[in-house]
Amino acid sequence: MSITYLEAIREAQAKALADDPRVYIYGQDVGNFGGAFKATKNLAKEFPGRVIDAPLSEDAIIGSAIGAAIEGMRPIIEMQYADFSTCGLNQIVNHAATLFWRTQVACPITIRLPSGGTAGSGPFHSQSMEALYATYPGLIVMTPATVEDVYSMLLEAVAIDDPVIFCEHKYLYYHLKAEALPTEALPTGKARIARPGRDITVVAYSAMVHEALAMAEELATEGTEVEVVDLRSVKPLDTDTVLASVARTGRLLAVGEAWPWGGVTAEVVARVACEGFDLLDAPPRRLNAKETPVPFHPNLWGTHRPTARSIAIAVRDILRQ
Amino acid sequence: MSPHKLRAVLQALSPTSSTKDTGLNREKFRQAFRWMLLARLSEEKYANLYRAGKIQGGVFIGKGQEALSVSVGISLRKGDIFAPLIRDQAGRLAFGESLLDATRTYLGSRLGPMRGRDGNVHRGRPREGYFAMISHLGAMIPTVAGALLAKRFKGEKDFVGATCIGDGGTSTGAFHEGLNLAAVEKLPLVLVVANNHYAYSTPTSRQFVCADLVEKAAGYGVEGYSLDGTSLSECLEVVGNAVERARSGNGPQLIVATLLRLGGHGEHDDAHYIDEKLKQSEVGRDCLKLAEKFLLEKNWGTKAELDEWRADALRQIEDAVATAQREPHPDPNLDDWRPLATQHLSEGHHCE
Repeated sequence: MSITYLEAIREAQAKALADDPRVYIYGQDVGNFGGAFKATKNLAKEFPGRVIDAPLSEDAIIGSAIGAAIEGMRPIIEMQYADFSTCGLNQIVNHAATLFWRTQVACPITIRLPSGGTAGSGPFHSQSMEALYATYPGLIVMTPATVEDVYSMLLEAVAIDDPVIFCEHKYLYYHLKAEALPTEALPTGKARIARPGRDITVVAYSAMVHEALAMAEELATEGTEVEVVDLRSVKPLDTDTVLASVARTGRLLAVGEAWPWGGVTAEVVARVACEGFDLLDAPPRRLNAKETPVPFHPNLWGTHRPTARSIAIAVRDILRQ
Repeated sequence: MSPHKLRAVLQALSPTSSTKDTGLNREKFRQAFRWMLLARLSEEKYANLYRAGKIQGGVFIGKGQEALSVSVGISLRKGDIFAPLIRDQAGRLAFGESLLDATRTYLGSRLGPMRGRDGNVHRGRPREGYFAMISHLGAMIPTVAGALLAKRFKGEKDFVGATCIGDGGTSTGAFHEGLNLAAVEKLPLVLVVANNHYAYSTPTSRQFVCADLVEKAAGYGVEGYSLDGTSLSECLEVVGNAVERARSGNGPQLIVATLLRLGGHGEHDDAHYIDEKLKQSEVGRDCLKLAEKFLLEKNWGTKAELDEWRADALRQIEDAVATAQREPHPDPNLDDWRPLATQHLSEGHHCE
C-alpha cells in the first residue's frame, strides 16, 4: 500500500470527522464534488451534513467558522487556494487571531491553505502565505513537508484550541508518497533533522525540504555533508533545534519558497544571529523566491523559486568562506 | 416615502404589520424605556468622564438610537446570540450585560470582561452568546451566522441570532457575504440596520443610491422591514416580530430603521457636518423624549414614576462608576503576554 500527501490530508479529515462530532468541513466545492484537489473526496457521502459547500465568500467562510468555534464546534476550512485567503484576511488576522487574547474564549479553527507553486499555475494560484500569517500574534502556522507530517499535523491542528493556518503544499499533493500513515508524530513546534550532516545547516520547510534533500544528496557525492532541518511549523519556530544544528556545523542557509522581504528565512537568520552569533563560522545566508509575482510559464517558474540546483550553488558559496 | 411610518416595503416577502393594532405590551414598553434611560444616562456619564480625561481611547454613544437598540436586546432571550455594534448600549443592557461590565471596560478596570486588553464598545462575553465586536464593520454578520450554524449542528431548537450595523456598514463586502451566506443556509439571523444618515462624516448620498436600504432584502431573498427608528413602539413591534419570524423558521430578517445620530461619531467629534434640516425633521427627533411622551399619554407611567426611574438609573451609574474607579488597572508585569489558548505554543521573545 502507498498513500500520497493529498490522500493523507483526506484521511486525516475523515478521521477527525469520525472521532469528533464537533468537526465539520466548510469550503468551496468541498461537498459532493470533493474539493478542487479532491482533498475531501467522498467525505460528504461518508459524513452527511458535515461537509458543506460554501458560497464564494472567503470573509464569510472564515467569519462563520469563528462564530461556530465560539459555540463549541471545530471547523476545518478549505480555502480553495492559499492565494484566495487574502479575501478572508480580515477575519483571520483581526478576528480569529485576536479572539482569545481579547475575550479568553478560544478559537479552534483549522484553515487549510493549498499553498505554493506548481508549473503553470501563475501569480494567483501559487502563493506561499506563511510569513503573512506568522507575523500576527494568535495564529499557529504549520508547513508540513512529508506525508506523515501532513496527516499527523492536520489531526493536531484540529485538536489545538487556537486558529491554525495549515499550509499544505500543492506540489507535494501527488509527488510525495509514503508506505503507510504514521502512528506517532513529533509534537507541534518541534523541528526535525531531515538529514544529518556536519558541514552546513540548511533550514527549510514545506516543499523546499525536498529541494534541500536532493541538493544534499548531490553534494554528498562531492564529500560535503549537509544537515537539513525541516521546521515543520514556522510558528512556533523551533529555534533550539536550529541553533543546535548550527552549533554542530557553524554555517547556515535558510531556504523558503516565499518572497524575500522579511519572512521565515529572515526570522531564522535573525534568531541565529541574535542568539547564536558565536556559533557561526561564516555569514548566514537566505535563499527565497525572486522578488516578482509567481510566473505562469514553467521556464520562468522553475527559476523563480529555489531549486536543488540554486540551493547547491548557495551552499558551495558559503562553504568557500 | 415617509420614513417614520412603518411599511412593509417588500409586500411579497414581508409579513404585513400595522401600527394600529400593536398588541403592544405595557410592561415591555416600560421595561424597554427604563433600559433606554439607563443607556442614555450612563453614556452621558461616560462622555463626561471622557471629557474630564478619566477615560482613555474614546467614547461612542448611541444617543438617538436607543429605541431601536433596546428593541433588539429585549426581543432576544437566553440561548440567543447578540452581536451589538457601537451604538447599542441600550440593547446590550437589555440583553443582559451588567452596567458594571460596561463601566469597567470604559474605565479600564482589570476586573472587566476585557481586562484592559480591549476597551469601550469592543466588549462582550462570547460564551454567554454576547459577542465582542471587532472594529471592522460587517465582520460580525458572518460570525453570528456561523454561531447559528453551530447551534443547528448541535441540534438546538428555537434560537435566533441578531446583529446590528449602520448605513455605512452596508457598503462592506462582509455585509454582503454574511447576509447571503445566512440566506443560503436559511439561518435565523436578524440583521438590524440603523440608517442614522452618517457614516462618521459621510452622508448616505455618498454611501448608496437605492431609495431605501431595505430594498437589499429582495436581492438576498430575505424578509425585509423598514421602520421609524425614533418610535419605540414601532421598533418593539417590528423587531419583535422579525425575531419571532426568524425563530419560527422564516430565515434571515433584514430590518432598516431610519433615524439620526444625535451627536458625533464619538465624543471627540463635534458633528458640525450634520445637516440642520435633518436635525429639524421628524428623523431628528429624540426617541427617548418621544417614548416618554407616549408613556405619559397612554397613562402607562406617571411623572412620579419617571422621576423615580431616572433617580434609580443615576444611582446605578454612580455605583458602577465608583466601583470601577476603585479597581486596579491592568498591570503589564502581571499580564502573561501570551496570545494563544495553547500556552506552550506561544512564541518566546526572540531577538529582544
